[in-house]
Amino acid sequence: MIADLIARDLRRGFTGAAWLPIAFFLLVATLIPFAIGPDARLLSRIGSGVLWIAALTAALLPIERLVEPDRADGVLDQLALHGLAEELVALAKIAAHWLTFAPLLIIAAIPASALLAMDGASLAQAGLALAIGTPGLAALAVAVAAVTAGLPRAGSLAGLLLLPLAVPLLIFGAANALLLEAAVSLLLTAGAPFVAGAALRAART
Amino acid sequence: MKGLLKFSGVTLNRGGRLLFEDLDLELGPGERLQVSGPNGSGKSSLIRLAAGLLRAESGSVERSPVALADDHVALDRELLLRRALGFWGGGVEQAMVALDIDHLAEIPVRLLSSGQVKRATLARVAASGAPVWLLDEPLNALDADGRKRLGALVERHLEGGGAVLAASHQQLGGEWRKLELGRRAAA
Repeated sequence: MIADLIARDLRRGFTGAAWLPIAFFLLVATLIPFAIGPDARLLSRIGSGVLWIAALTAALLPIERLVEPDRADGVLDQLALHGLAEELVALAKIAAHWLTFAPLLIIAAIPASALLAMDGASLAQAGLALAIGTPGLAALAVAVAAVTAGLPRAGSLAGLLLLPLAVPLLIFGAANALLLEAAVSLLLTAGAPFVAGAALRAART
Repeated sequence: MKGLLKFSGVTLNRGGRLLFEDLDLELGPGERLQVSGPNGSGKSSLIRLAAGLLRAESGSVERSPVALADDHVALDRELLLRRALGFWGGGVEQAMVALDIDHLAEIPVRLLSSGQVKRATLARVAASGAPVWLLDEPLNALDADGRKRLGALVERHLEGGGAVLAASHQQLGGEWRKLELGRRAAA
């Protein structure tokens, strides 16, 4: 059932708007040279930080469709009746969300790095940092989506919740402190299913 | 005879309002119970309690595996009906025939009418193989033929040793034990 659930969320992700956060990511990366000018040395120095800001803002876009549609449609109720713990449902959603979000994002980092005048070595570093940090980001997105599911103006609220919590990922990712990045990512990935599971139970009416 | 669903001394408050207090009920194999009462008297809440989706203030609910059909569709709208039902497992083909929606199997769920969707949610319950069926307003959007087919399905389920708990303010076909909610709720 867990594999079915992941497959279902993957299908819904990719037939839905999986490209939208990626387009947004590229757009933010495009705006930076316009905003600060085409100074290649400056751009390449701030490049990895810009990539992370773009990744965080892109991660906000899909939040509203991660959990709320399934809650409103009764899918979460039926999964509970099938004996699936809410934590497992959340874990499946995290896995599916990471798979629809992260690989495309890392690929999109290649054209984005060109816009930011980053060289091959710093692109490789940024790609690695994104690969390590995105599971934590996906876990955080699902947890925040579960906490805000069913609330009015959930989208804006989710942004206010997610961005501060993602600051450690941003700091260590942009500074290329990979071990610390991995530690934060692991902590978020391990904790998020429990937060999301409790939120899903509490949201039941 | 072993009970399939048992409420002992269940009290439920919702939004500061007492819906029912110290409620006992038991359903054994072959039994059906209709919960009725005015809007807001707690019929749906009782069904969700029975499903384990709500927790009681006090008292306990014991249950065998249950299947639930309520107003939530819980089928992926972009999928063909057969695949959407198939996600939830069970004997989908037979259930689709029993509710006369097998000719819709290759049509996306989003194109179905509300009556057809209602039949699909009932088909999911019929396909589940769970001994206890929980039906919340099962007659909503069903036409006369749909009601007849639901009645036949319920009869067959009861003969097979199952139990049905339905919430409805309408007359359901067949002989139902009755539980009226809402008399004491005003207190």
